[in-house]
Amino acid sequence: MTGPNRTGAASRRQPAPRVVRARTAALAAGPLDVDALLDDSQTHIIVCCGSGGVGKTTASAALALRAAERGRRVCVLTIDPARRLAQSMGLSQLDNTPRPVGGTRSLRGQGSLDAMMLDMKRTFDEVVVAHASPAKAQQILTNPFYLALSSSFAGTQEYMAMEKLGQLHAESVGSGRWDLIVVDTPPSRSAMDFLDAPERLSSLLDGRFIRLLLTPTRGPARIFSSGFGAITSTMSKLLGAQVLADVQTFVAAFDTLFGGFRQRAEATYERLKARGTAFVVVATPEPDALREAAYFVERLTREQMPLAGLVVNRVDPPAASLTAEEALAGAGRLDGADPAQAAVAALLRLHADRMRLQDREAHLQRRFAAAHPSVPSIAVPALPSDVHDLDGLRRVGELLSTGV
Amino acid sequence: MTAALVRPSGIRLHIVTGKGGTGKTTVAGGLAMALACDGKRVLLCEVEGRQGIAQLFDVAPLPYAERTVAVVPGGGEVWALAIDAEAALLEYLEMFYRLGRAGKALDRFGVIDFATTIAPGVRDVLLTGKVYEAARRRGGKDGNRVYDAVVVDAPPTGRITRFLNVNAEVAGLAKVGPIRKQADSIMTLMRSRHTAVHLVTVLEDMPVQEALDGIKALRDADLPVGRVIVNMVRRSPLDGAARGALSDGTIDAAAIEVALHKAGIDASPLLVDGLLAEGYDHLERLALQEEQRTILSGVDVPVIELPLAADGVDLGMLDDLAGILAGPGLP
Repeated sequence: MTGPNRTGAASRRQPAPRVVRARTAALAAGPLDVDALLDDSQTHIIVCCGSGGVGKTTASAALALRAAERGRRVCVLTIDPARRLAQSMGLSQLDNTPRPVGGTRSLRGQGSLDAMMLDMKRTFDEVVVAHASPAKAQQILTNPFYLALSSSFAGTQEYMAMEKLGQLHAESVGSGRWDLIVVDTPPSRSAMDFLDAPERLSSLLDGRFIRLLLTPTRGPARIFSSGFGAITSTMSKLLGAQVLADVQTFVAAFDTLFGGFRQRAEATYERLKARGTAFVVVATPEPDALREAAYFVERLTREQMPLAGLVVNRVDPPAASLTAEEALAGAGRLDGADPAQAAVAALLRLHADRMRLQDREAHLQRRFAAAHPSVPSIAVPALPSDVHDLDGLRRVGELLSTGV
Repeated sequence: MTAALVRPSGIRLHIVTGKGGTGKTTVAGGLAMALACDGKRVLLCEVEGRQGIAQLFDVAPLPYAERTVAVVPGGGEVWALAIDAEAALLEYLEMFYRLGRAGKALDRFGVIDFATTIAPGVRDVLLTGKVYEAARRRGGKDGNRVYDAVVVDAPPTGRITRFLNVNAEVAGLAKVGPIRKQADSIMTLMRSRHTAVHLVTVLEDMPVQEALDGIKALRDADLPVGRVIVNMVRRSPLDGAARGALSDGTIDAAAIEVALHKAGIDASPLLVDGLLAEGYDHLERLALQEEQRTILSGVDVPVIELPLAADGVDLGMLDDLAGILAGPGLP
């Protein structure tokens, strides 16, 4: 079976990357000291971010458990955990409330771990109920636009993760129930969406369109500029008059909540920038994940957000140090007809594969380190199987602390 | 069970989803190349602003315009488009409403900004709308379809049903008007036999579970599931005999030491133990992979396996993937 050979793009093929021999990636800024971060009583919020599939949720849970077992009072906010990971923390139900995680072994009995899964619709509903009059809340909760917005549209999760983080932080300050909140970020289109949520909310509230939708309920129509007629007629044409009316009702009813929403979102954003917060960027040693991590690091740096460092998850270090070339040459000298020699030749080829993989991974990590010399990082070895109990999380926590 | 994807099928719209990190973009690219054989023209779209296609085909970042990224023998072409919600909205308004001044007014009032970046969901409506337009576009003198197939590098499994179903949500909100009509038409195509949603996974616990959850969610929403594509399957250097010898202890430290001497390699205890440890680790991974393969074989969706690109994905590798996806029986 043959595939279609490309003729057009083949000429643009790049030369094969130079084989890099170093065994570990250079860590210009030194290793990320996870335990120092967790033990620092000034660390109050840890945000784990990175692209999808890098083990962000597991890393958040493992950091939270490790912090709790080292004496911190921790709450971990997970967004969309795999079922078994959720079960490992006792999160069998999604009730939007932090619950104690059983089975933790806390140092001197001081630490504690609570965990919760974000329910975006319920979080949204609670905000409405808490901040609007009962009559107005009812009006909002039954509005079709609100129902769609709060339950099924992409983007809401980021707003609500921010809202929930703000609530948890307020509770930790008020009651002293927690002294550290660990947040997993939503599986967004882009890793930036979570950071952008407050600003997007603010720009929604300040947007002329929203003002436009709000104004008719407040004053005479003649104050509008000449563009107004074109706008409403276009919007009705596009959406249908009934949708426009629903949106308008929704926005009007929501108006009273807007100020509070914005205030809290901005406060949360400021808190994320302040001392006490630490961003941990998670990636795997693959080009796409490290590229996303680089975007994130650059963004955090530009906005002067407190970046603790990079976790390179699931690196795969070989257990022996023979080079790939030596292993393959040795395998070639063995007699394939002899079962024992054939088996050892296969082990040598397996080892050569792992050495090549490590070279590639080390190359990618070094490239990242060269581009971001001030970012501390730690490489964490791959576990053979997925984590689905506290022992597994504890093991990941140890690996996060010690690295490869 | 393996099953070729390209034909026979009346599928014109291929949606490729998968858990993050499973190689969804690579698979979408390979599939587009496979579909382009026999002189076909295929459009490969991305919707998340990542410029993953440009990276994959090693070309400059894609603008909001369709352009060729690969040509296959027989004159087949892969075109690519990075769909941008804002540009799609302006194009849509221009096409359907010939909005000259009103379009500018919308922009001035922040409606474009509101619709594409702030109002949750609208973005997905615009992205799916553009895919729909490309899949149905006809042109030329004969009025044939411009693209024989459209492949979408879609959002990850966790969001795919919401993404594809967004027009059903809109249809629920807008009871009349052109948006409603458009939303209904899009959902009709999405749910038809001309569309298939393929789920990319790897042989690991969480990605497989996510694929199974994804299949259920898609079916619950009446969206057509195409194939499960198992990506990055490691070819084991250990054949059955070698695995047996390793697991029953025939190959132990002493046996490795003897063989290493024969191979002219200095058999330090560290090396011997290391090779043995790597062997056991490998057996454990193979067993876990087999477990996941068994789970997948229990689902009534055809499965295609693609090998791991040992030296990373390059364009030559993409050819190989396309060959496997095209399946046997092709010229």
